[in-house]
Amino acid sequence: MELSIFGYQFMQNAILSAFLGGIACATIGVFVVLMHMPFIGVCMSHAAFAGALLGLWLGFNPLIGAFALSLLSAAIVGPLADRGELSPETSLGVIFSFMLGIAFLFMGLMPGTKSGALELLWGSILTNTRSDIILLGIVTIVVVGLVFVFYKEIQATIFHRDMALSVGIPATVILYGVLFLTGATITASLRSIGGLLIFSLILNPAAAAYQLTYSMKRMFLLSAGFGVLSGWTGLLMSYLFNLPSGATIVVTSSVVFMIAAVFSPKKKVKGWQQKLLVEGRQ
Amino acid sequence: MGRTVINIEDAVVSYREDIALRGVSLEVNCEEFVGIIGPNGAGKTTLLTIVNGMGKLLNGRVWVLGDYLTPGNSHLLRKKVGYVAQVQNIDPRMPMNVREVAMIGRYGVLGLLRRPSKRDWKIVDEALGLVGMSNLAQRPIGHLSGGEQQRVAIARCLAQEPELFLLDEPTASLDWRAKTDIMELVKLIHDSRRLTTLLVTHDLSSLPVACDRVVLMREGLIWGEGSPEKLLTDNNLSQLYDIPVSVVKARRQEAISV
Repeated sequence: MELSIFGYQFMQNAILSAFLGGIACATIGVFVVLMHMPFIGVCMSHAAFAGALLGLWLGFNPLIGAFALSLLSAAIVGPLADRGELSPETSLGVIFSFMLGIAFLFMGLMPGTKSGALELLWGSILTNTRSDIILLGIVTIVVVGLVFVFYKEIQATIFHRDMALSVGIPATVILYGVLFLTGATITASLRSIGGLLIFSLILNPAAAAYQLTYSMKRMFLLSAGFGVLSGWTGLLMSYLFNLPSGATIVVTSSVVFMIAAVFSPKKKVKGWQQKLLVEGRQ
Repeated sequence: MGRTVINIEDAVVSYREDIALRGVSLEVNCEEFVGIIGPNGAGKTTLLTIVNGMGKLLNGRVWVLGDYLTPGNSHLLRKKVGYVAQVQNIDPRMPMNVREVAMIGRYGVLGLLRRPSKRDWKIVDEALGLVGMSNLAQRPIGHLSGGEQQRVAIARCLAQEPELFLLDEPTASLDWRAKTDIMELVKLIHDSRRLTTLLVTHDLSSLPVACDRVVLMREGLIWGEGSPEKLLTDNNLSQLYDIPVSVVKARRQEAISV
């Protein structure tokens, strides 16, 4: 294998982006998996894509549009789902299709070449600049730092939000803080992974870690490890086989999940529960 | 027993178009054990939630442990109130063990930015010991039976070192053995820790033993209150639940003979 490629600045930027994006996305993914809110995350990632296209169309920074629209979608879907006025499936169906619809509408309205829009759709980690990495680095430090500082409040909120509230933990603030961080992470990773694929990098490493441990701390660490592994392996595959990097990163994360699911010790839970049921009947 | 610790005055609570409480007033004294019964939709759970500040009042006011509840102070009050809900559906794959879940009771008391100390873990271990769960302390929480999960929920409340103990149908959906065990445990904790306890239940057989006073609720109103012996008659229960006296008698007989 020709390794001189790793001496180039663009490749070093990509490796660093995959490292930071992998950690940030996979850490957010732990919330998404354990709080059973993948629907909110999917809505937010597609809203971010639509917002970025709005920015491109109207000529302002696409990342500002991405951040604003992803937070707006969370602000709409979060309370609706929270109060039980909409089922997660309905929220997802309505907001997801709406966001994708306006994203393609903005793309259609955009004059001239669509290459910028397509980069946001598929991601282009190899073109990441220093400023992209700085943004990713800041978001990653903030995400990991807040998890470290507020670990016990986060743990209680993840376990059961009403129970956390009942012992005096500001669980609603924690929930909306998590949504805010999700929006920030999606925005910072959008150019690297792409609006259509980013949510897989959030969900898959955390879902894989969830298969392997009964410790929440270990789940955060494993998830971050799988996120980085997916990023770097995907990047290598992209280079070796000349494939789109966002796609190879996401496919790698899916493979990691499938392997974890096959070797999951938690598969025994089902048999164990059945045994309990049988004992209960006797 | 003596001083008032809970004073609910003319409380009205509504969930969108449904009115859950229609002007309820109730006083509870320190160290009193009050049982609350009534048919589904009577407002029993809502009554508990306005005491721990999780329910929103449309009208009236609630005075708890020396302060009127406001949106600004309810989270502070909740640190002094232990709340055990009905058996929850816990994800069997949840990455937390029994000891960690019981420790959540300490988190509110500890406040932000403070980690549990050795003393906090000692309090948690003692609470688990009291509810008979020490041997399962390291087991994943989702691997417990409903009765065991309720014991952990009670241990979490004990770890909180509360002044008020609120229980919302803690024995619902449990088998007879688990029900009697949990009720005995609740009574033991109430007596030994000298707590003020409010218990919502459908388990009428346990009330005369456990409670100093019973509150009967129906359609968002207090329908009667007094001693269990005086109030829990077949006639009263027949009217409260809207079923014939003969059916009440038969069901109570069944409950005794189980």
